[in-house]
Amino acid sequence: MTIINQEQTTEDIIICRNIHKWYGKHHALNDISMTIKKGEVVVIFGPSGSGKSSFIRTLNALEEIQSGQIIVDGIELSHDLANIEAIRMETGMVFQQFNLFPHMTVLSNITLAPIWVRKWPKAKAEKVAMELLERVGIPEQAHKYPGQLSGGQQQRVAIARALAMQPKILLFDEPTSALDPEMIKEVLDVMKELAKTGITMIVVTHEMGFAREVADRLVFFDEGRIIEQGTPYDIFNNAQQDRTKLFLSQIL
Amino acid sequence: METKMEPPKNTIGIIGWLRKNLFNGWFNSLLTIIFLWIVFTVLYAALKWVFVTADWTVIVVNLRLLLVGQYPQDQIFRVWLALTLVSTLTGLSWGLWKGTIGNLAIALGASFLILSLFPFSGEVKTWLLVNATAIGLGYVLGRYFPILRKPTAASWILLFPFIIVLLRGLGTSWLPIVGTNLWGGLMLTFLLAIVAIVFSFPLGVLLALGRTSKLPLVRYLSIGYIELIRGVPLITILFMAQLMLPLFLPEGVTLDRVLRAMAGLTLFSAAYLAENVRSGLQSIPRGQYEAAQALGLSNFKTTFLIVLPQALRAVIPILVGQFIALFKDTSLVSIVGILDFLGIGRSIVAQPEFLGRQREILIFAAAIYFVFSYAMSYASRRLEKSLGVGER
Ligand SMILES: Nc1ncnc2c1ncn2[C@@H]1O[C@H](COP(=O)(O)OP(=O)(O)OP(=O)(O)O)[C@@H](O)[C@H]1O
Ligand SMILES: [Mg+2]
Repeated sequence: MTIINQEQTTEDIIICRNIHKWYGKHHALNDISMTIKKGEVVVIFGPSGSGKSSFIRTLNALEEIQSGQIIVDGIELSHDLANIEAIRMETGMVFQQFNLFPHMTVLSNITLAPIWVRKWPKAKAEKVAMELLERVGIPEQAHKYPGQLSGGQQQRVAIARALAMQPKILLFDEPTSALDPEMIKEVLDVMKELAKTGITMIVVTHEMGFAREVADRLVFFDEGRIIEQGTPYDIFNNAQQDRTKLFLSQIL
Repeated sequence: METKMEPPKNTIGIIGWLRKNLFNGWFNSLLTIIFLWIVFTVLYAALKWVFVTADWTVIVVNLRLLLVGQYPQDQIFRVWLALTLVSTLTGLSWGLWKGTIGNLAIALGASFLILSLFPFSGEVKTWLLVNATAIGLGYVLGRYFPILRKPTAASWILLFPFIIVLLRGLGTSWLPIVGTNLWGGLMLTFLLAIVAIVFSFPLGVLLALGRTSKLPLVRYLSIGYIELIRGVPLITILFMAQLMLPLFLPEGVTLDRVLRAMAGLTLFSAAYLAENVRSGLQSIPRGQYEAAQALGLSNFKTTFLIVLPQALRAVIPILVGQFIALFKDTSLVSIVGILDFLGIGRSIVAQPEFLGRQREILIFAAAIYFVFSYAMSYASRRLEKSLGVGER
């Protein structure tokens, strides 16, 4: 494990330098550099195919980058499996399609990683899992299977599952896009609560109300590049780039 | 065309049902009558043959041979003991889990009781009743002692090697060796099938994982093996196992014919199993792998905790279908001179005194194969249903 300690302060929990990623000939991420501070809530938005998913999936090595450097919580991402596993212990991820394990109960979904990766005793893992279910508001669903829950409930279980590893960073890839409108709020409410706890969050979403309310920073992606970033106020009221303005006018 | 709204026909009662389903229009009525006539003719001929023409003494006289082959008479209690163990565990599982296993246990117990009414020797009757009692006792125990769940599950797994040792013996005065050359009949058919199933399962799963592996060497070896075996008829493999297997064994190690046949069946079954498991593996969405990896699970844990359980569950019906086929395919070993159930049957009708009694033997064999195949397919259908809980 390489511990990097260069110019960044201990405040910087994620550092990306000049990331490039190609799918075949398609240049999906084009020279992305970004630093994220501990406790920051960053919302990434942009048109479909602009590389938002690709970007946050590189942060926990679900996608490989072809050049550039990524440092997460002082650990540099490399081909070294030990590094990758260490980073994945620090980051939780919530997916658009929930990706719960359908053959396990809600409780087992949440305790799986603590038991098998963190090696916690079962009792402790279950206690923590119940606390998390309490926090996301569905303790009564603990012994059901994911298929028996509504979409909103499933996504809340997925959030609890990600939290169970006690990560420092949470990655959300369009967590509400697969949900019916009436369920979006319950998931966003959980995320708002989380944002207050000081955990670092990187959220790909087009829920601009959420972004306005809780984001510290908005980042606009287009064609694999960061076009513009700033506070919600700057972006909504004072965007500098025409593409940003155009995109915002389309979704707001 | 005008469409008229007619009041619904009265379908209550047998007459109504008959009219609606079988006699609605002259064409259907004609079909029904012709069909009934065919069924009646066939059924009449069959029943007449079974109860009048057929001479079942060939079965009665040779029952022991058909069931256990040449297994020595004075050691036969070992077979009974093995059966009793199966009955006990079945009864226990009935009490513990109810459901499908309960229905199977009831069917088994009832069979023992019915069989004990037949004019068998006192020893046989005793064992039949012992087995029926074992099922009942097991049920009661399981019913009132739920803590027996884990021991029972473990016993099922240990049962199989234990039975093999019991039947083969340890070479002591209590349990003298009974060589596999003396095993035969239905017992051998079961052992062939169970050995092939038990060993081909892990082998097939590994081959399936190998075929989807990222390591080229592992992948190509798996593909090579699977395609090679699937390109060759089972009979060829059985012959090869008899003739070629000894060449690969180290000096001094010999496998008798039965073990060689078991090896052949296992190697054969594993290749097909691998393909079926692979189809299950492919049905697992990428998101499952990603979610597991994002949680920090290693590839190994992802495979064994997330992917395989779901993949296997998805292919249970196919696997059971394959196991049923394998159970029946074991009859091919009679071609390499092994006296399994069908092999014994064929050797019996080759004797002059039972000349012309082939039909009885074949019908009997078919009925036995059917009963067990059907029980398996019934169990799998129920299993599928009960596992359906919590599926996506
Ligand atoms: N596995 C892949 N193989 C090939 N091309 C891919 C792959 N994944 C993504 N791409 C391409 O890379 C580009 C960026 O994809 P990405 O999923 O990161 O976009 P996105 O911003 O998340 O879009 P969306 O809003 O639709 O989710 C797209 O053009 C996409 O077609
Ligand atoms: Mg995306």
